[in-house]
Amino acid sequence: MTRKVVRRPELTFWEKLYIPQILSGLKITSIHFFRNLFLHISHRLGMFRNRRAAVTYQYPEELRPLMSRYRSRHRLTLRDDGSPRCVGCMLCETVCPAKCITIVPDEHPDPNVEKFPVRFDIDLGICVYCGYCVEVCPEDAIRMDTGILDLASYTREGMRLDIHQLMDPELRQPVSDCNLDFPHQCTVTGEEMKGSWDLVNKNAEEETAGHE
Amino acid sequence: MIGLLTIKLLLAAFVLFMVMNFAGLHTWIERKQSALIQDRIGANRASIFGFRLMGLFHPLADAIKMFFKEDLIPKGADKTLHTLAPIFSMFFALVAFAAIPFGPPLEIGEQTIDLQVARIDVGLLYIFAMLSLGVYGVILAGFASRNNFAILGGLRATAQMISYEIALGIAVIGMIMVYGTMDLGTMVEKQGALIGGWLPGWGIFVQPVAFVIFVTAALAETKRAPFDLPEGESEIIGYFVEYSGMKFGMFLFTDFVETIMVACVATTLFFGGWQVPYLGPDGFHFPWGSEILVSNLVYVLLGISSFCFKVIVFCWVFMQIRWTLPRFRYDQLMTLGWKGLFPIAMANVIVTAIVLYMIGGTV
Repeated sequence: MTRKVVRRPELTFWEKLYIPQILSGLKITSIHFFRNLFLHISHRLGMFRNRRAAVTYQYPEELRPLMSRYRSRHRLTLRDDGSPRCVGCMLCETVCPAKCITIVPDEHPDPNVEKFPVRFDIDLGICVYCGYCVEVCPEDAIRMDTGILDLASYTREGMRLDIHQLMDPELRQPVSDCNLDFPHQCTVTGEEMKGSWDLVNKNAEEETAGHE
Repeated sequence: MIGLLTIKLLLAAFVLFMVMNFAGLHTWIERKQSALIQDRIGANRASIFGFRLMGLFHPLADAIKMFFKEDLIPKGADKTLHTLAPIFSMFFALVAFAAIPFGPPLEIGEQTIDLQVARIDVGLLYIFAMLSLGVYGVILAGFASRNNFAILGGLRATAQMISYEIALGIAVIGMIMVYGTMDLGTMVEKQGALIGGWLPGWGIFVQPVAFVIFVTAALAETKRAPFDLPEGESEIIGYFVEYSGMKFGMFLFTDFVETIMVACVATTLFFGGWQVPYLGPDGFHFPWGSEILVSNLVYVLLGISSFCFKVIVFCWVFMQIRWTLPRFRYDQLMTLGWKGLFPIAMANVIVTAIVLYMIGGTV
């Protein structure tokens, strides 16, 4: 085993004096101080707006620019007539490693389109934002480009998105009444809102009740 | 005619008002200056009716928060001393301001008022005594808290104060020799003389080495970075580890008051106090011959603003140093104090003595 001698550089006399070193440090901080002070004042006067004085983003008011490939909250893309592009092929549900996507497809009235989603739910509470669903979709029907990052909720239910919210990222739960026309069928089965989480919860309750 | 006591009380109230407010503003200055240095924005969220005023309400919010915090005295701690410690700390820091002359003599009718709360013949000694006693509160806090870290902090503070007070005192001896007085008022008046007809006779031009030593040692006296070993927040929390609420706030506040104190002393000793270059009691006399005459009131106001300006610049420099340099290691601190500043200060005294002997007498 060889021994390696690490020679630490000796301080020169000039460095041991402290003062020149302190002054060089003060120079750096002072340059930053006066540059930023000048820029802040200029910004108040409406000048040099394009040069930032601080690296801080004032978060709730000012959002950080996102990369174009950033994976944010999902959305379902729409056709020209406002119906979802999704054809209910179940590929995203199949590929999803977190199993957070639930799709209930139905037969489409249009013979040229095979299926459409009656229900399309994503549970963001367990989603890992891997983006596989976007990659695998043959119809470019699901994307993760809404730029919405501030996903927070007081309940787990609040993290579940249904087709209403996925088609319109501006919407927030609870979705009181169905505003989707063809081919989504929220109210087909009696009084129940098909395609919303109410139904899922109810079914789950019934299921557990049945098991018991 | 106004009685002498009234005048003195008014002056004291004025000084206290200025110092306390400036010390309160120091929390804002500290936040904002560090933010500017580090390319940040700094605290700016506290608002009253939606007005933020660049975070100027944060000191207010801090004070309110401090007052409403629970005041804890640890079990086994000495209750009396624990309570007295921050009071001592604060008291001695504030009392020292009495000897600072902050403006030229003001003439109202027949009366001449020295703008100085107490004109003490040994003003310099008085200030140093008060600065030394300031550490008393710190030691008390360390001992009374019954906490090993607090004691460590108190001991560190004591050792640091003693080491640097010697350098501080000896640095100032050079000044006393040059001006032949310990009265700060006279010292400032003497600094109004011009050297060679054009250079203001400020202490920094007469005693530059003493100035460097004084500022270094004075920074150590304020217990702020790079000399914040008594606090040492990353190793021991320091002498105020067992303090909460406004008592803790008072220790923080004392640091700021001491910074202002040291800035005031540095201004008075080395930057001509309230002197404005080329301004005499009757007006400006420039070395190139021209003159601008001013009244006594304008002279006094110019003097006071000159003093305030210099103090603010000093505070800025101290804050800049505080946000530039990291903390010393303890042995480095002692080395700097005993092997660095102390011999240089002694050499300065000797050289000053020799030079004074050769030119014969004081400046």
